[in-house]
Amino acid sequence: MSIIDTVKQAATGMMVKLTPDAPPDPLIARKHGALGTSVPRIDGPRKVRGKAQFAAEVPAENMTYAALLYSTVARGRITALDTAATEAVPGVVFVMTHRNAPRLKPPALFQTDPRAAGASSLPVMQDAEIHWNGEPVAIVLAETQEQADHAKSLITVAYQAEPARLSFAEAATQSHQPPNVMGEPAMIQVGDAEAALAGAAFKVDLTFRTPRHSHAAIEPHAATVWWDGDQLVVHDTTQMLHQERWTLAGIFGIPEESIRILSPFVGGGFGGKGLWSHQILAVAASKLSGRPVRVALSREGVFRIAGGRTTTEQRVALGAKADGTLAALIHTGIVAMTEHNNCPEQFTFPARHLYAADAMLLEQRVAEMDMLANTFMRAPGESIGTFALETAMDELAEAMGIDPIELRRRLEPEKDPTSGHAFSSRNILEAYAKGAERFGWDKRSPVPRSRREGEWLVGMGVATATYPYYRMPGAAARVTLTRDGHARVAMASHEMGMGTATVQAQAGADRLGLPVENVTFEYGDTLLPAGTIAGGSSQTASIAAAVTAASAKLVADLLKRAGNDSPLAGLSADDVEARDGGLGHRDGGDRFESYASILGRAGLEEVSAEAEAPPPMEVMSYSMHSYGAQFCEARVNAVTGEVRVSRFLGSFDTGRILNPRNATSQFRGGIIMGLGLALMEETEFDERSGRVMNPSLAEYHVPVHLDVPEIDVIWTDIPDPHAPLGAHGIGEIGITGVGAAVANAIYSATGKRVRDLPITLDKLL
Amino acid sequence: MTITINGQQVAVPSDPRVSLLDLLREHLHLGGSKKGCNQGACGACTVLADGERILSCLALAVQYEGRSVVSIEGLSPDGSLHPLQHAFIEHDGYQCGYCTPGQICSAVGMAGEAKRGLPSAVTADLAADAVQLTHDELRERMSGNLCRCGAHNGIIAAIADTFGRPAVAEAAE
Ligand code: FES
Ligand code: FES
Repeated sequence: MSIIDTVKQAATGMMVKLTPDAPPDPLIARKHGALGTSVPRIDGPRKVRGKAQFAAEVPAENMTYAALLYSTVARGRITALDTAATEAVPGVVFVMTHRNAPRLKPPALFQTDPRAAGASSLPVMQDAEIHWNGEPVAIVLAETQEQADHAKSLITVAYQAEPARLSFAEAATQSHQPPNVMGEPAMIQVGDAEAALAGAAFKVDLTFRTPRHSHAAIEPHAATVWWDGDQLVVHDTTQMLHQERWTLAGIFGIPEESIRILSPFVGGGFGGKGLWSHQILAVAASKLSGRPVRVALSREGVFRIAGGRTTTEQRVALGAKADGTLAALIHTGIVAMTEHNNCPEQFTFPARHLYAADAMLLEQRVAEMDMLANTFMRAPGESIGTFALETAMDELAEAMGIDPIELRRRLEPEKDPTSGHAFSSRNILEAYAKGAERFGWDKRSPVPRSRREGEWLVGMGVATATYPYYRMPGAAARVTLTRDGHARVAMASHEMGMGTATVQAQAGADRLGLPVENVTFEYGDTLLPAGTIAGGSSQTASIAAAVTAASAKLVADLLKRAGNDSPLAGLSADDVEARDGGLGHRDGGDRFESYASILGRAGLEEVSAEAEAPPPMEVMSYSMHSYGAQFCEARVNAVTGEVRVSRFLGSFDTGRILNPRNATSQFRGGIIMGLGLALMEETEFDERSGRVMNPSLAEYHVPVHLDVPEIDVIWTDIPDPHAPLGAHGIGEIGITGVGAAVANAIYSATGKRVRDLPITLDKLL
Repeated sequence: MTITINGQQVAVPSDPRVSLLDLLREHLHLGGSKKGCNQGACGACTVLADGERILSCLALAVQYEGRSVVSIEGLSPDGSLHPLQHAFIEHDGYQCGYCTPGQICSAVGMAGEAKRGLPSAVTADLAADAVQLTHDELRERMSGNLCRCGAHNGIIAAIADTFGRPAVAEAAE
């Protein structure tokens, strides 16, 4: 089941109760709270001291250390497996292979159920069959990591290799539409786009290729696990706590309540920190050995068993009429996937919502390969989809002889071009105007290769950024208020560096009318009320909606407890607002009572309320998206072809900005990953063997300090009246459009179009 | 056979395969030094050995017998924050925090190198006694410390604030 289906299902039956036009969140209008200020990160002091404890640092009595052995063929069967030498190594505690692994159910695949977390539905180490080059075939536990690593190297495995589907081009000949793409149809057709293209006054018809990418979080995947009788404890680094708990419960056939997962810090996620085989193997090996297990993947291990972004081939064809509006918009393509996962990279999504066109053809296809399951990585689809679409827009503008920003002005739709819904909040042209002014776009020459400084050719490029607004259903929050005027807000959510705990303390403070230092946000533990995943840039909105519901319940309860002696007597929850450490009449008059006074009279130390957020009806009624304009100045060395990004500006329209300092960092983080996508990143897949050839940070290149200029970030800060807090999630939009902005700047500098990522120097010589 | 770690004498591990990083993380439970690759490519494990920055994942602990090692936990032992740690908070020089201890230790060592006049690939005057830590010098010299969250601007701003101005260069010591 897709996210959208889940929303629809949750919404059925609530339709009558919920009007789509619920009044805007009152906090949007509130001007002087903690929201909108740059509260420093609450966990900052711990992080700079090295005191933030990550999953691989959790101590345990009697620990064992795991080493994994990976298959060296892509498809086939294990015919012989000898672990005798390994077992003889001093310190080795236990060796598990498919021969002695416990019988396990296959993981429930992510999105097949709102509670599912499996990155793949393949059974883990259940038989001799091999499905990808790098699949774990043995796990060794030893008293030390050194012993485990050495012992693992002594295992001998023989394989009967079988033919594998390793060529993307060949697999593409068998491609097909997936049943849906994130719950939306794989194909959308409006009119006859091919005919409209053929008859258009101006046209471009282009092919783009994008490679596999790795999340390359600096913290490798790791877990420290143990069993306490039939209770399982998993210290993990995960973006989906409760989903992982439900899925592990299914795999091991145990009740969910017997599992506790903790993940207070995640050392970078970007979509990659889900449920892969290592946690399952560690839990199984711990069960059989009776010892705690620390499984800390090597960097190579991350590349072998934790998937990344898949490769795509995309076609974008644009046909414009003489007045500069679009007659045809075609965006189609194929991605490599496996039959065991469902992540078709929604690269056509930007084209579904960005531009007005008379006729459209948007189609996604998948081609099955024998490879590690690919997965969601920062703006899956949108990052690489905007590379193709926004490069094509630049080429069309040039063919028409108009400025690329002017082209986008002409194509601005009145309503969502495919759903027909009204936009909840769309200020993309304002973002363009602000960005263009600040960046000095007027200094760009429309003639490529017209600016040279010594050896360096200099150019400017621009592209649109866009990412949907999501809010996930099923989240519950608990709000606890204490007599001394402090509050604890709790939900099993995730902190991967986005600033979750800080921003939610700000939101909680404003919601309850308390100073921010009196509010703490508890997260990262399945003992807390169930949270939603940290994915789809949805977490901030999902938490905020649940906290709003819990706070409303708490206020109603407080009014009841306040009783007839309170100045609030007779007022209903709708009449009051939280302010100044208590509740007061909305009219601002002097009917007010502090929390301390209410709780004191009721003889209570604390009160608590828990509630689930209402289903995200707003996405059923409005087209809700974030937007931005990405501006890049690139310098290309005329002799060597080296590219330097010398200036970058992102101008965003993402609703209200909740914490400017955190927001700047998140936007920059996305943009910098976009620079990597544009210029250097590629997980190299050997089509002969199916092996990833560069499984290290020395050979998988990410942007380093010298690659990163000072990045300027601005925003419209216009609240979305239909979103909790007026805000959209901002974790992913930063990466979108960057690939095209860089490619367009390189074209402006050199006159060369590169439509094949990454744009390395050899392609510019 | 001991190593001084954050001022404490620590026995050299009996297994010669133990890296300095694993000695810190697994034997001493000093988890501040991070393991991002275990092969010298990310800088997350950077510590100071007799004041110089090293990659502790590439260092065998036994090689450091008799040497003095300072990890992030020992940078400001009295519980206060080192000026650079303050600056990281001020400039939001992190997101997830995983690369952070390595960035901070690396920057402290880097400032010492610049003070001693060690040139980098972007240094124009190779004969100068001390190197001015310009924006390019800082970025070049910190490029061995990867950050995937993209906190680069904040990291460089924090380091420039602490070590870029001559008046506070003493903080490097
Ligand atoms: S862990 Fe030492 S350089 Fe990466
Ligand atoms: S802060 Fe996450 S890797 Fe640098």
